[in-house]
Amino acid sequence: MKNRRLKKGINSSTFLLMITIILFFTMYIAGMIIYSDNGFAKPQMFLNLLISNAGLIVIGCGMTLVMITGGIDISVGSVTALVCMSAAYVMENKGCNIYVAVAISIVLGGVFGIVQGYLIAYLDIQPFIVTLAGMFFGRGMTAVISTDMISIKNELFLKWANCKIYLPFGSVNRKGVYQQAYIYPTVIIALAIVIILSFALKYTKFGRRLYAIGGNQQSALMMGLNIRKTKMQAYILNGFLTGIGGFLFCLNSCAGFVEQAKGMEMDGISAAVIGGTLLSGGVGTVIGTLFGVLIKGTISCLITTQGTLSSWWVRIVLSALLCFFIVLQSVLSSSKKKNSR
Amino acid sequence: MIEKVGNRKHCYKKITERRLFMPLVCLFIVLLANVIKTPDFFKVSINNGVLYGYTIDILNRGSELIILSIGMTLVTAASGGQDISVGAVMAVAAAVCCQILSGGAVTTNTFENPLIIAILAAFTVSILCGMFNGFLVARLHIQPMVATLILYTAGRGIAQLITKGQITYIRVDNYKILGGYIGSCPVPTPIFAAIMTVIIVFLVIKNTALGLYIECVGINGSASRLVGLNSAMLKFLTYIICSLLAGVAGIVASSRIYSADANNIGLNLEMDAILAVALGGNILSGGKFSLAGSVIGAITIQALTTTLYAMKVSADQLPVYKAIVVIVIVILQSPIFKKYAAGLVSKRAAEGIEGAN
Repeated sequence: MKNRRLKKGINSSTFLLMITIILFFTMYIAGMIIYSDNGFAKPQMFLNLLISNAGLIVIGCGMTLVMITGGIDISVGSVTALVCMSAAYVMENKGCNIYVAVAISIVLGGVFGIVQGYLIAYLDIQPFIVTLAGMFFGRGMTAVISTDMISIKNELFLKWANCKIYLPFGSVNRKGVYQQAYIYPTVIIALAIVIILSFALKYTKFGRRLYAIGGNQQSALMMGLNIRKTKMQAYILNGFLTGIGGFLFCLNSCAGFVEQAKGMEMDGISAAVIGGTLLSGGVGTVIGTLFGVLIKGTISCLITTQGTLSSWWVRIVLSALLCFFIVLQSVLSSSKKKNSR
Repeated sequence: MIEKVGNRKHCYKKITERRLFMPLVCLFIVLLANVIKTPDFFKVSINNGVLYGYTIDILNRGSELIILSIGMTLVTAASGGQDISVGAVMAVAAAVCCQILSGGAVTTNTFENPLIIAILAAFTVSILCGMFNGFLVARLHIQPMVATLILYTAGRGIAQLITKGQITYIRVDNYKILGGYIGSCPVPTPIFAAIMTVIIVFLVIKNTALGLYIECVGINGSASRLVGLNSAMLKFLTYIICSLLAGVAGIVASSRIYSADANNIGLNLEMDAILAVALGGNILSGGKFSLAGSVIGAITIQALTTTLYAMKVSADQLPVYKAIVVIVIVILQSPIFKKYAAGLVSKRAAEGIEGAN
């Protein structure tokens, strides 16, 4: 009895999520032990992970939604670059205020979402081809706007970017001075989006439709769900989230340039996959993606703290980890098939 | 009279339904636009003992693309997905080749190791890359683009590690042959390389049942498995061929600039190769394929690129136009659009009949 309940409790998705959480804590604790003199054990270090990856968290959430329906979006990195560049361009060269920049970012993300969603959902074109074209289009448009780097000097923007929110705890630094831990508003926005989405996925009709379509499109259709509309909604929501995430990324980098956020699609996909989202769709949580992003942050943190390794190692380690999780997923799903037979 | 019209219509349909019709029309349009803009577009002259002209330039610069698009066609036909790691594999192959030739130094004036060993090593590494992709796709049943996305992002990192983050220069005349000219032959070597590759692959496909098998697997994988084909093995094989061809293209590209530039060799070429396959009339979701179509597609893309460069579009902005072309092609290919278009045609025909009555 107990065994059966245990088996029911740990299905493949929670198993993957558990592996992810355990992996994250092992890596973080290992980092704390090895690099304790570099401040790895301080609470601020953990908060820095959130601060530097706030944009990626939001983008990863959007990616999770799309991947739950069985699709994928590899245009997110380019859209992020385009959003940063347009925000920087309208603020610096056109003299618009920051609210216009925010609106433009979100609208740009939304437009990408609508066009790609329409092509994928209503014209039945493979998501990969559509978003690959979107990826090159976004990167190219960024270059059309400006091939030079635009750094943002807008006062209000910098005020937003450097607005520290102090938390009621802290740590003592090397000189013995007490420093309060802080976060930026971007972290609050990102975490709020994670919480809202995880509720929406679990308790709203929209969320359940996503899982139903990703799990088995045929039976979802027979249940009377509007597959095309739901897929379109998922891509539009993903587009808006990418727009928001891009702006959060911009608040962190304070600049727009062509090569920005290169490979971010890979980070987003690997965060989702590492967090337990199945590539075949139907399974996945936003919380898992959050842990996926944290793992990515920890890897890059460990590699930069180590100092001698080149930054390329972050990409390679992340790819290897993605590969490992994909293989794990495939093994799990094939063993499941055998059990059901 | 009616018979004559019908006959003409039949003839028209016969021509337009030929598989190579659309690719040739596309190529023709691009070339026509070029001729109108620059009247001496087709002029080929001999300067300093080498052929010189726009057309030669397009063929020369497009040879890597032709080589890549052949591999991409096979992968697309067999697995219904594309290999987006080809650009990165090119960089890795170039890095391995140059690093072995220079013996680890940043720049060299003599070969430290024989050329043949370096090239074989580069081929081996690209075959390994292909085996990795093929294993993920064929054995683990991962969507091809996700599987190749891993090498797409990690590949350039690996190439950087091989060259230790620097650009390795091989300043030896023998190394420049592959990307330049053989002796006093006026035709650039990359064109020969591309033609050789096309002929070899074409002969293999025509003289063995491989082409038929690949189409079978692409059209219905499980049915061909029931017939007795090893569909996983065939998919695996196409990925190996694709990566090997990417390795060949990588060596040609690195010989052109007599160096291994891990960041720029084969940059954005995966998109061009996919575009060439799509323009060649091949369906991107697998099945029947036409190598000739892909070659024509590749030449069209290169002509388009050259035209856009001539119109002073910067290299960074090129992807915008190509992305639009890709989207237009896939929309035209999509079954739902075809049904819609067919619906329009039959509606018009019905109206015509009604009008006649």
